[in-house]
Amino acid sequence: MNKNKEQLLNKRYKAEKRFRLYGQGAIFMALLFLTIFIFKIFSTGYSAFQKTWLIVPVTFDAELMMLEQNPSKEDLKDADYYDIALKSMADLDPNANEDQENELKRMVSYFFEREIKRELLNDPSLIGKTKDVYLTASDDLDQVFKGNYPRDLPEDQRRVTDYQLKIFDQLVELGKVESKFNLSFFTYPDSREAELAGIASSFMGSIFSILVCLMIAFPVAVLAAIYLEEFAPKNRFTDFIEVNINNLAAVPSIVFGLLGLGILLAVFQLPRSTPLVGGITLSLMTLPTIIIACRASLKAVPPSIREAALAMGASKMQTTMHHTVPLSMPGTLSGTIIGLAQALGETAPLILIGMVAFVNTIPGSPLDPAASLPVQIYIWAESAERGFVEKVSACIMVLLGFLIIMNLFAQIIRHKFEKKWS
Amino acid sequence: MNLILFTFIVLLGFTSYYFGRRKAYTIQSTNKRLTALPQFYGYYLAIWCAIPAFIIFSLWAIFEPTIVKLLILSDYSNQGYLDDELNLIYEKTKALSRGQFTGEITPFIEASAEKYLSLRSIAQSSKAVIVLSIIIASVAYAYKKISSNSRTREPVEKFLKAVLFTASLAAILTTVGIVFSLIFQTIDFFKVIPLFDFVFGTHWYPAKAFVRDSSEALDPTMYSDTFGAVPIFAGTFFIAFIAMCVAIPIGLMSGIYLAEYASVKVRQYAKPLIEILAGIPTVVYGFFAALTVGPFLKEIGNSMGLDVSAESALAAGGVMGIMIIPFISSLSDDVITSVPQSLRDGSYAMGATKSETIKKVIFPAALPGIVGSILLGVSRAIGETMIVVMASGLAANLTLNPLESTSTITAQIVVILIGDQAFGDPKTQAAFALGMSLFLVTLCLNIVALRVVKKYREKYE
Repeated sequence: MNKNKEQLLNKRYKAEKRFRLYGQGAIFMALLFLTIFIFKIFSTGYSAFQKTWLIVPVTFDAELMMLEQNPSKEDLKDADYYDIALKSMADLDPNANEDQENELKRMVSYFFEREIKRELLNDPSLIGKTKDVYLTASDDLDQVFKGNYPRDLPEDQRRVTDYQLKIFDQLVELGKVESKFNLSFFTYPDSREAELAGIASSFMGSIFSILVCLMIAFPVAVLAAIYLEEFAPKNRFTDFIEVNINNLAAVPSIVFGLLGLGILLAVFQLPRSTPLVGGITLSLMTLPTIIIACRASLKAVPPSIREAALAMGASKMQTTMHHTVPLSMPGTLSGTIIGLAQALGETAPLILIGMVAFVNTIPGSPLDPAASLPVQIYIWAESAERGFVEKVSACIMVLLGFLIIMNLFAQIIRHKFEKKWS
Repeated sequence: MNLILFTFIVLLGFTSYYFGRRKAYTIQSTNKRLTALPQFYGYYLAIWCAIPAFIIFSLWAIFEPTIVKLLILSDYSNQGYLDDELNLIYEKTKALSRGQFTGEITPFIEASAEKYLSLRSIAQSSKAVIVLSIIIASVAYAYKKISSNSRTREPVEKFLKAVLFTASLAAILTTVGIVFSLIFQTIDFFKVIPLFDFVFGTHWYPAKAFVRDSSEALDPTMYSDTFGAVPIFAGTFFIAFIAMCVAIPIGLMSGIYLAEYASVKVRQYAKPLIEILAGIPTVVYGFFAALTVGPFLKEIGNSMGLDVSAESALAAGGVMGIMIIPFISSLSDDVITSVPQSLRDGSYAMGATKSETIKKVIFPAALPGIVGSILLGVSRAIGETMIVVMASGLAANLTLNPLESTSTITAQIVVILIGDQAFGDPKTQAAFALGMSLFLVTLCLNIVALRVVKKYREKYE
């Protein structure tokens, strides 16, 4: 009898232990996913911050550039650089036949002409001389140099030919291949060529959309929250507004995209693919988040503050505007930043309003067509070229970096400025 | 032009504020008592400046285009043009005046474009003159009117309150906007495709509708067997089901552990770390699913002799499940912590172990709240777009094999609407019909879930 009891007790203790273990296991799994995730993104993405350059001797032959004696700055700008660019690439292998010369040309990006031109404009005295110029390597060679490209594939299955690899290896041996920080990833707009693609255009698109979103959503949401929390009578209508807000916060984001398409583009005829429309769409999504945050922090202001102000003869409006609202601002602001961070990561609604269009210029205003960072991730993830994989991960790292900074900022505001009542 | 006018009006507003306050001070200096603080006199005048400006601007925005159009088209009346042709002429005129016209320019259109431009400039300058004169008149009138015993605080506060109230209508307007943007296209869609075919048809092949030559008249028989949404609905719920299979056990158990077992320190670090999962943009999950999870599952499957598609429902659903873990864990954590301590104490006093207390006392007590959180998770899984677009297939298969690819409502909307779309095409309308069904389903889920959670909160507060 006693033994039976002990067994039962042991069994119950074991069950207790097991249950606890399940809990620990669940937490462990969740954190494991997070770690794998971050590891994967970083391990594929870090190499995108390096860019491979070929150092090629270029002879600035005035005759080939069609330059007269003593050219002016304008002449230099209009000169023909294609021929010397082509010649300097062909000179890498003096015995190359015509096909091979073509392959040599494709070892660098199609910006090579521009890169040579920039060199000469910086130093016009180079005319007639030879200088080593840094040229952006093609994305396939870039991947080869970073070790991401399997070299042992049969030749017809890779985009780099054996001949290109041979010349490339010679250059590596001579120390004519260099890896440097990839500044153009941040300063170039999107491009079809992976080695030239940058995030400048989508970054500006994101900034403009978020600014438009902030300018619309913040004032409207704060005013609405003040009304609902401080002035609204308790009746059916305000209940209806509340139900609406809570429900809007849980409506799938793609539905807001349909709203943007069906109302903003089709009815109001706003320009397609622009951060203006994107920002308005995002602001409708962010509105409930900010309203809920602002109401919560208004509610947290103790009634004694209001009563004190009212007792001093302030009107209801003065009490609210001079005391309650300023005291609730830290909570509201951190809620706003979190809402904006959500909006910054949103993709689906922006795709529907056409912000996936290929944009290879940096937008200068919210009325220029643009993409946004998450959409850029989508566009690059869908393209087949190998060079884009690391770009996607790098773009994700930039996006996550911004989200982390925004969330930290929200935390700081909350902890530094929020008054603790009680 | 509008911007300059706007700046000018804002400047006028500030000036009138200044004058109002100065008048209040002069009244004060004559030793008369004011009925409100001086700045209210200033606000009062500024409002007298803002309201007429706003009214005139909106009237202009509403009527100017129509009037201009009427004047332009009056040249073409009595020439036997149809309404559609007149509209086309007007559009051409506008395009030409903007310098965006690419077709053949007829002298008629050129003349109209010139007339259009001159009409527009007349309209703009008359707007400026009218706005400025009315503002100045109204401010002057109000300035004359205010005296020591005139009420200024009450109107100002009433105005502010009206502004606050208008802002609170934004939420309703958004909902109305959603319904409006969906409903007309949906109705048009069901005019061509019978509702029955949409709800019970098992073939979804919208690309077929696209092949149609635009000059052909709409022929309903063409679309039979094209817009049967059953595979889409089934795929949506199937992927959501897979996601919940991952999210519910992990999310619920971590919620329970955080609420009942974890020490303060573990809770302090683990909770925000898990919530990071909720802050990661979905497009990033999509990329992760497509690049890592999909090929990984395919490799495992191949090594076991299974035929796994690289874009399997399992990959999309599994990654979606990871995304939903934090929603369930933090909501159920909240719900469990709000169960009163007395219930726990009672159970411990009867000799129950901690896990027995959780399983037999706390869990049943918290069940409504937990169900609510799961329903919210389901609603999120159904509405999730990017993971499915990137990691699962785009062809709608009617299958229950998690290793094959399926498609969802959201993915189909994106597939149909990406790129240029022609309104009035049944394919585009189909996307809106899908959006409508998505909106309705998530609406029901949200309302039920929010209600359950609210009821539960009331019970223990």
